Amino acid sequence: MSAVPLNRAPAVAAPGTVRAHGPGAFVRDTWLMTRRHLLITRRTPQLLVLSAVMPIMFVLLFRYVFGGSIRVPGYPSYVDYLIPGILVQTVIFGASSTAVGMADDMSKGITDRFRSLPTQRGAILASRTIADVIRLTYTVALLIGVGLLVGFRMHTGVLEVAAGLGIAIFFGYACSWLFALLALAVRHTETAQLAAFLLTFPFVFAASTFTSTATMPPWLRTFADGQPVTKVVNALRALMEGTGSAARPALYALAWSVGILIVAASLATWRFRKI
Amino acid sequence: MSDPPMITAEALVKSFGSTVALAGVDLEVERGTVLGLLGRNGAGKTTLVRILATLLAPDVGSARIAGADVLRDPQTVRSRIGLAGQYAAVDEMLTGRENLELVGRLYGLRRHEAETRASEVLERLNLTAAADRLVLTYSGGMRRRLDLGASLVGRPLVLIMDEPTTGLDPGTRIELWKFIGELVREGTTLLLTTQYLEEADRLADRVAVIERGRMIAEGSPGELKQRVGGDVLEVRSASFGDLDRLVHVLSGLGSGPPVADVREQRVTLPTADRVATLLAAARRIDESGLQIDDISLRRPSLDDVFLALTSSREPHGSAPPTKGPVTSERVVV
Repeated sequence: MSAVPLNRAPAVAAPGTVRAHGPGAFVRDTWLMTRRHLLITRRTPQLLVLSAVMPIMFVLLFRYVFGGSIRVPGYPSYVDYLIPGILVQTVIFGASSTAVGMADDMSKGITDRFRSLPTQRGAILASRTIADVIRLTYTVALLIGVGLLVGFRMHTGVLEVAAGLGIAIFFGYACSWLFALLALAVRHTETAQLAAFLLTFPFVFAASTFTSTATMPPWLRTFADGQPVTKVVNALRALMEGTGSAARPALYALAWSVGILIVAASLATWRFRKI
Repeated sequence: MSDPPMITAEALVKSFGSTVALAGVDLEVERGTVLGLLGRNGAGKTTLVRILATLLAPDVGSARIAGADVLRDPQTVRSRIGLAGQYAAVDEMLTGRENLELVGRLYGLRRHEAETRASEVLERLNLTAAADRLVLTYSGGMRRRLDLGASLVGRPLVLIMDEPTTGLDPGTRIELWKFIGELVREGTTLLLTTQYLEEADRLADRVAVIERGRMIAEGSPGELKQRVGGDVLEVRSASFGDLDRLVHVLSGLGSGPPVADVREQRVTLPTADRVATLLAAARRIDESGLQIDDISLRRPSLDDVFLALTSSREPHGSAPPTKGPVTSERVVV
């Protein structure tokens, strides 16, 4: 064996110090890991650009291909009806990246690394969902810009619009926990991606996202009117376009979001302890 | 030694569905020593490591690391261990330095402490030149070193390495062994899992062999090899059908019973007398008229240790011929 002198600091000296527990440590760990996720996002700008391409394609598709033959009562201009719907769709697709990111970290051993450190384990999940919601906020902003370019106009005040976007993004945050739960169940990156898409599909399309639910067959309409995506879309639409009272849809949307958040976050945290 | 052991495990049991991964494992590792945990794929090594690293809870049993219970006080355990995994668990899209600083901060170091510590570890693992490059650009060996580095950032009392050199080329493996050897000389307590006897031989003070979730042997590498009886005589049969006759012809010659390995179409025989055994075996085979392709003496491998250990448990327990007729290309010379 080599007898090369080690002019280096000893790796093992002081015994491991026990970390502080409590909310301070939780906030700190969440911040540290959120920063890691965002740094990685910034270094993969292709992903950021590509993730914005799909919603933009939906805007163009429905604005220029299908839009001409879609009439929604109360909306002389279909694009005003369309954009709030696509914003919510974007929020959900954005949240589904939580499933992919988490499954990826798990399969690569990154999650095990973090879990073997004296971190607050809840912070591992929290940082992932927070980073994803920051990312989807960026996509939402971009999409509003594209909407304005293709003729979308808002007919309410800044406060209403901000409240509507807040509700939509909060809904996205709640969904992000749902997708974290999904990732914990399937673990495998590609499976998580596909499962997230398939699960999302009926909720996004059997909804008031692109057209009024009034023309749907009764059984479908019952589902579409009752499910959370429609509630969130209706709330956002009312708050952006001033069509009808916003209070009731906003309340429904918030209730759904809070419910999803509480259930999904508790289940995901519980499941995460056991993996 | 009056010190309590740094790692203790008592009667650990863990099942996944109907698969029993650990069927009652006891373990002790003294302060400043290296335990090599040998076992094939699926023997239970990784499950044991995950329990000790607080990543998995056992169904039954308990374990303590540096005095802290993995179930009751996992946070203390985590602050005292460093874990290096089978695959390099480092972020490709971060630089080497960023990876280590993040780990340092998650250990609870302040920012400047984490920075200093990351620099020290990078220096130590000869990664300073590559420190500010994305890990994406690192070679496999560099990633593995960085992963090892990440486990050192928190100045752990106990290092746990799960197959640290699996999949590495021989040069990189030897380089990594050097680093691990240095750590060990500085007094780190190390639990190392491996599939390579050579690795355990080189690094470990004690070796435990795990098979189907049970410890089937424990001792120094030398002791384990002695169970094989020194060297190994290996006879490769020319035809599959002759294996049983070959076993019969060779019985009584070596220091233990001959063991047939159906897949390799060979019979191995532990021997203490080396050349004498070789000559005697050659004479007997010649007299019997059996056709062989090869006959040689060699140092025992992990396979031999396994075969010796399992055959001493079941008198005729050679590799079970359960895979149907052997028609592999090995039959053709």
